[in-house]
Amino acid sequence: MVLASGDKFVAPGVADFFLPPIFGSVTKPMVLLVLSILIIGAFFIAATRNLKLVPGKFQFAAESLYDFGRNNIAREQIGAKDFKPFIPLIISIFTFVLVNNLFGLIPIVQFPTMSHIGFPLAVSLLVVYPVYHFVGFKRHGFVGYLKHQTVPPGAPWFVLPLLIPIEFFQKFILNPITLAIRVFAAMFAGHLLLLVFTLAGEFLLLNGGITVIVAPVSFAFAIALTFLEALIMCLQAYIFALLSASYIGMALAEEH
Amino acid sequence: MSAIQLAQDAVNLNQGLAAIGYGLAAIGPGIGVGLIFSSVISGTARQPEARGVLLSLAWTTFAIVEVLALIGFVVYFIATAG
Repeated sequence: MVLASGDKFVAPGVADFFLPPIFGSVTKPMVLLVLSILIIGAFFIAATRNLKLVPGKFQFAAESLYDFGRNNIAREQIGAKDFKPFIPLIISIFTFVLVNNLFGLIPIVQFPTMSHIGFPLAVSLLVVYPVYHFVGFKRHGFVGYLKHQTVPPGAPWFVLPLLIPIEFFQKFILNPITLAIRVFAAMFAGHLLLLVFTLAGEFLLLNGGITVIVAPVSFAFAIALTFLEALIMCLQAYIFALLSASYIGMALAEEH
Repeated sequence: MSAIQLAQDAVNLNQGLAAIGYGLAAIGPGIGVGLIFSSVISGTARQPEARGVLLSLAWTTFAIVEVLALIGFVVYFIATAG
């Protein structure tokens, strides 16, 4: 494709995710993180301050969120016996990741906090990982828990030397990292995709000669991908909470 | 000088190779995700009341399979940065 005028199109890359700091060394994702906590806190306080038997719209939204986290995530994954203490944790994780992801769609804000690996890694390494190993060790004892996590029941003895290191590597090293990478990469890729189509549309519109006619196609794609991105954002928050609950459930499970 | 520069630029295939590598890495997870949801669909067709259980199982398995493609995506950026 020969462009009539202007310079070459520079595809957006990793560098576009490192915005200049707002003041001092405080960057946009940090501000958004604090903002998300304020939003979630204010939402739940406002929704539960004046509880009624017949819920209003606001209370209904908060209740269905709680209900979703309690029944569809926590109870299903951890089991009906001991899921109750983990409901606040699971719902906090779900809403936290969800709000931070949805920042990518809100105009002006338009930056998913989770597209920086540090944030999901902190949630998974500092919150989820200690919690599920702690409850596991508490439930099964030190040796019992190690055996519970690394020796799959029903495996023949001669594959155990191979199986135990693999299981150990997966349960104690890989799990928290993949949990973080999943939401990070999905957010990063999605945001980059939107950038590509929007910037390409802008470039075609401003710098192209005859190529102006395909600019609307690029913008239409950007809009369509925004809807897909909204779906993926909710899905990733759900999967993050679901897997956290599933790890806790696996750590607590009796021998099967 | 500029001829050498051009030759070096022409030899640097890192980006293209990384893109091809990511494409190859996405084949496996693509097939895997397809298999997961095809089983959910046929399972639901046989036993419609089991849909909820099947779907929540499917999302957990989907997450495990999907991360392979996403790791490939991260590796792509590591490869092109070097």
